[in-house]
Amino acid sequence: MNANLMSRNDLVLLLGFSLVVLTMPIWLAPLGAGYPDLLQRFMIYGIFAVGFNILFGLTGYLSFGHAAFFGVGSYTAVWSLKLLTLDAIPAMVLAVIISGIFALIIGFLCLRRSGIYFSILTLAFAQMSYNLAYSVLTPITNGETGLQLTLSDPRVIDAAVGHSFVGQPIPTLFGTPIGGYAGFYFCAAFLIIAFFVAQRIAGSPFGMMLKAIKSNQTRMQFTGFNTRPYALSAFVISGMYAGLAGALLAVTDPLAGAERMQWTASGEVVLMTILGGVGTLVGPVIGAWIIKYFENILSALNDNILARFFDVLPDGVDSFLVKVIGKFVGDGWHLTLGLVFVIIVIFLPGGIMEGVRRIAAAFRNRGSTPRTSNQTQAAE
Amino acid sequence: MFEVIFLQFLNGLDKGAAYALIALGLTLVFGTLGVVNFAHGALFMLGAFCAVTVRMVLTMETVTIDPEKLSPWGTPLEVREPLMQAWLGDFGAVLVNYSVPFSILITIPIMLVVGIALERGIIKHFYKRPHAEQILVTFGLAIVAQEVIKSIFGPNPIPQPMPTDLRGAADIGAWLGMQANIITYPIWRLVYFLFAAVVIGAVFAFLQFTTFGMVVRAGMADRETVGLLGINIDRRFTIMFGLAAVVAGVAGVMYTPLLPPNYHIGMDFLVLSFVVVVVGGMGSLPGAVAAGFMLGILQSFASMNQVKAIFPGIDQIIIYLVAVVILLVRPRGLMGRRGVMEA
Amino acid sequence: MSNGNIVLHVADVHKRFGGLHALADIDLAVEEGKTHAIIGPNGAGKSTLLNVIIGKLAPTSGQVIFDGTILTGRKPFQINQLGIARVFQTPEIFADLSVLHNVMIPALARRDGMFKLNMLRTLESETAIRAEAEHMLEDVGMIARKDMMAGSLSRGDKRRMELAMCLIQHPRLLLLDEPTAGMSRHDTNTTIELLKKIKSRGMTKVIIEHDMHVVFSLADKISVLAQGRIIADGTPDQVRGNPKVQEAYLGGAH
Repeated sequence: MNANLMSRNDLVLLLGFSLVVLTMPIWLAPLGAGYPDLLQRFMIYGIFAVGFNILFGLTGYLSFGHAAFFGVGSYTAVWSLKLLTLDAIPAMVLAVIISGIFALIIGFLCLRRSGIYFSILTLAFAQMSYNLAYSVLTPITNGETGLQLTLSDPRVIDAAVGHSFVGQPIPTLFGTPIGGYAGFYFCAAFLIIAFFVAQRIAGSPFGMMLKAIKSNQTRMQFTGFNTRPYALSAFVISGMYAGLAGALLAVTDPLAGAERMQWTASGEVVLMTILGGVGTLVGPVIGAWIIKYFENILSALNDNILARFFDVLPDGVDSFLVKVIGKFVGDGWHLTLGLVFVIIVIFLPGGIMEGVRRIAAAFRNRGSTPRTSNQTQAAE
Repeated sequence: MFEVIFLQFLNGLDKGAAYALIALGLTLVFGTLGVVNFAHGALFMLGAFCAVTVRMVLTMETVTIDPEKLSPWGTPLEVREPLMQAWLGDFGAVLVNYSVPFSILITIPIMLVVGIALERGIIKHFYKRPHAEQILVTFGLAIVAQEVIKSIFGPNPIPQPMPTDLRGAADIGAWLGMQANIITYPIWRLVYFLFAAVVIGAVFAFLQFTTFGMVVRAGMADRETVGLLGINIDRRFTIMFGLAAVVAGVAGVMYTPLLPPNYHIGMDFLVLSFVVVVVGGMGSLPGAVAAGFMLGILQSFASMNQVKAIFPGIDQIIIYLVAVVILLVRPRGLMGRRGVMEA
Repeated sequence: MSNGNIVLHVADVHKRFGGLHALADIDLAVEEGKTHAIIGPNGAGKSTLLNVIIGKLAPTSGQVIFDGTILTGRKPFQINQLGIARVFQTPEIFADLSVLHNVMIPALARRDGMFKLNMLRTLESETAIRAEAEHMLEDVGMIARKDMMAGSLSRGDKRRMELAMCLIQHPRLLLLDEPTAGMSRHDTNTTIELLKKIKSRGMTKVIIEHDMHVVFSLADKISVLAQGRIIADGTPDQVRGNPKVQEAYLGGAH
């Protein structure tokens, strides 16, 4: 491939990544996660995390408000499905554009300050967006109930070209309903594109500037760069990623609620990114997959299932275990999430990718005898 | 008209007082330790649930079944006897009645221990790590705290009654020589405002008039220089963290009769207090207090029906709109110092 | 004496920090192509003066004029884009990036300006900039370390790399804040040679230095700062012979 487009290593990574993603229904089946609904969410939150990493991982700006853009993407997509057409493509395009504009406004305000201040501001503005969606803008968001498709939606484009539907409206791609595995491959295509774009950004001169801003903002300014438009660009790009992810969630499950804009949702994407590995390309995606996988398993557990599981143990012991573990699964899943968050930040701030690197390094050192250990170090 | 405005002004005071108390603690911690504590709202919540717990303990009852008497359904009648009354007689009854103010006595040592343990146990290790990690760890702690509370006390708000003598409304209008029954104001809100004023006054006096406070203020201005003087600034900062935790905790205790606490009350207040800090100016204690009251009062005016008729839902977002204006016009806040976190 | 073209003019600059008068009545004219050293005891206000020139601090009163343009009130990145680069007392570098990238970034700043949304190319395809950066690293003798993380360099190497980062921008004016502090004798001499080499290219330099050996081997003109005021001004020989200077600085220090 042309060196202008992509380096060889990046190409290998992209192909490997695509292969892993596209074969997910096969290799995740034995793990109990091979069904389309969950796989779609893997893709969607993967996109969300990849985009978030462009802001946090590359540029070093920690936002606590990205769920707002995710929500804006969802609402825009549902409105497009309601007003224009059931085809997904206009919904996605509009969602990315609108969330980008929204990110531009919020980013402009928040980037008037840096560092800790920026994080505080993003959290505040996301909470404002949530309040707007939940109560103030009820005519647009349908408040607590959430926005959904109905039979009586106008769908002007569909009406104009004479498409008509029978039964519950389902989003389509050029006439094919998006659901089940088709929905998964639809989302997977977007994840691979999103990953490719992130790779390009990270490997471009622009990406190097973002990394330089993270490394030393002062030097950037004394080197002649206006850092604010760089940070704002990164903010808008990651906001568009969030909007894309939100739109995909709305297309695969046409219901948009305000709760996906809450600060907990913003916290979740932060956790996905740091769990996988901040600043790495693959890490955030892995983080998103792991969290969604365990959320799916652990939040479904309840005391009855636990009791059956621990049935073999003596009586007092099993009820004690059920009681303790019961606090961390089911509704208590968020407690587990919070604890993982704290533990990761304290002990492994580089996330899983850092852990893998450390383990690999340990193995390499053990594998090579002391005679050659100096050489391996020099080779790194 | 004057009465209406005055009444809305009063209505904003209690909420403003809560914002001011939380923002004050946030600013103390930021100014001394340089850390923005995303778990500060959780401390407010913990205080509120201290009050809940104290009341639960105080209202514990013994349940005995009296075989002599039958309920209307023919089952043996359960006789519930409050323990406190049984043990302490009338004093017990008073204690139950005044459980919220009484909780403060218990909350102060608890919050002090929680605050110091938090600082020594976790936050201390993050002073030299990047800001992002400081934020992340306190944010994670906030999630853990609220989920623990949720798993113990459940997801629903738990109402706390106020002492019977302090229920009802005070006729402030009449006190001020106006017509009776025009400007009436719930007594507990007045109590909360006075309480907040006392706490804020005490914190400022402590910083102004004690040697300890002088060192801390000097440290807020220039940590390195004070370190060079050979003063053990770290230990003092630990105590400041404990103090901020106590302020947040007692603010939470006293607020419970006004708003039944649930597990996310802390984060709700924290987000608003962040806006308060932004408006007041990061690192400025008077700014935090002034902006807290200002935004509380503004919110109260925005929730007037006359205002909402013109701008529907304005009460939900007025605080954020103020923050937007401040960021555009005066990014460092009303009383912020130059050079703090400027982009 | 004013036969040369004045490229930097610090006009009547005052800087107060609260009650402290850090700079008082500073007038300074730097001629094009010359090396102008500012010396003075610790706390004399040398670094403050540099910070005022570069836009890090705003003067309380007075102006800084660079080649007919008023710098006062401009942002650091605008001042840099006018052709002023600075080496800091403690190196300001991109510690998490490789040495090569550290030097490529300023080169891109010169080519692309203060902002460019340049994300359609790859870094690998920036061959001209890369070659230029490698050439620059060869000049400062660091080409062997081009793939190392900048943060893991020795202190002396960090300073040399920072110098390379400034030189690659071909600034019209280079400000150096103690460029040899903390360097070994050998490294100091290498740096002096390097600075002499760029002097022959006609770059104007303002240098703050403690090391008299460095000052007298490089400077065309010396200004002596004490307690925020310029107490003497002239060629190295004039300054060396000035009794006021000997009293305030040379005599006091040695």
